[in-house]
Amino acid sequence: MSYPKQCMPNHPFEEHIPGLRRYARALLRDRTRADDLVQDTLERALNKFSLFRRDSDLRAWLFTVMHNVHVNQIRSASNRMVTIEYNDSEMTPARGGDVTALHDLANALERLLPEHREVLVLIGVEQFSYEEAARVLDVPIGTVMSRLSRARERLSILLEGGTAPQLRRVK
Amino acid sequence: MTEKPRAVSDEELHAYVDGRLAAERVAELEAWLAVDAEAAERVRAFQAQNRALQALLDPVLNEPVPPRLTETVQRPRRALPLRAAAAIAWLALGGIAGYALHDWRTPPVVTAQFAERAAVAHVVYAAEVQHPVEVTAEQESHLVQWLSKRLGKELRTPDFTPFGYQLVGGRLLPGDKGPAAQFMYQDSHGARLTLYVSAAGEGAQSSAFRYEEEAGTRVLYWVDRDLGFALVGELDRTRLMDVAHVAYQALNF
Repeated sequence: MSYPKQCMPNHPFEEHIPGLRRYARALLRDRTRADDLVQDTLERALNKFSLFRRDSDLRAWLFTVMHNVHVNQIRSASNRMVTIEYNDSEMTPARGGDVTALHDLANALERLLPEHREVLVLIGVEQFSYEEAARVLDVPIGTVMSRLSRARERLSILLEGGTAPQLRRVK
Repeated sequence: MTEKPRAVSDEELHAYVDGRLAAERVAELEAWLAVDAEAAERVRAFQAQNRALQALLDPVLNEPVPPRLTETVQRPRRALPLRAAAAIAWLALGGIAGYALHDWRTPPVVTAQFAERAAVAHVVYAAEVQHPVEVTAEQESHLVQWLSKRLGKELRTPDFTPFGYQLVGGRLLPGDKGPAAQFMYQDSHGARLTLYVSAAGEGAQSSAFRYEEEAGTRVLYWVDRDLGFALVGELDRTRLMDVAHVAYQALNF
């Protein structure tokens, strides 16, 4: 049967592809690798669709699948290469200036720990609630909160330089 | 004004930044920020981070989606749990029944694919509270005309009221061989039953009823000339078979 392609109705996953691409780009930066992650996620989601609980949110479920695919990729990659660990003293501030601000932010984001990148973007960009982010990442909500706090502080350091004000008040 | 605002926790600062702070606490927190310059500065910095991250990443939403991604969800699937289960079932049947060899050699690959799609469509849309259908039963004749036109076949909506199911409406979906139609029915308890119709593909032969079950979702499907039909629901197999007989008679023209 032939039919005009532009009249093709959408698969239920389709409306979530732009959001998945945005999140993947935050995780991997490189466009091709990010789209590879989206493709792997969609394929896995199609294969695992019978496990999708019908009363839950499809978008959150797809992000959960992406998280799992990404974590598996990181794990298998870290088996092959030496993991580089940052500590704060090694971090050099990104360059300042309005023109390069977004470029600097992208650089800073790339230098965060993967779990920090995830909470920052799931909450700050994808607008998931803390509860939803906890489900997507399969961690307790307290872990989401502490990662978010650390992620924001580290991002501040990376963007503003090592002379950032004391970030955690002593209570 | 003489009362000193209650101190805020780190969690509350972040919740405020993300618009997730309980409404009754917002005023208190803002009062605190007015006197704690350091906390106020952190809030401003974190809000700026969110805005900057959005500015960095939101443009991705406006990029054209690479065709390979759209094709991933639209192309017929190769290995699927339902199909794997179906294949095993058919192979097992081969040991018992003589006709099974003929049976699994020919139509299953074609039929199982639309049955899988029917099951997925059921799981997605039967759970939908706000928009279970595109066109409601109030416009039944329009619905049937529209979907008939899109599938290039005269369709009908079988009457399942003897089983307690009323038509809710229907929608157009992507099938593996072109457009597919989904009609949704619902009983007085809100349990939903869907009838999925799509082209069966070149060389498909009319088939007997076949039954698959996965994760509580039951699919009864058959091919009638060039159309594939699948009834999907949670009702038990015998009852689903009864409904399928009614559907088969109503649609066999």
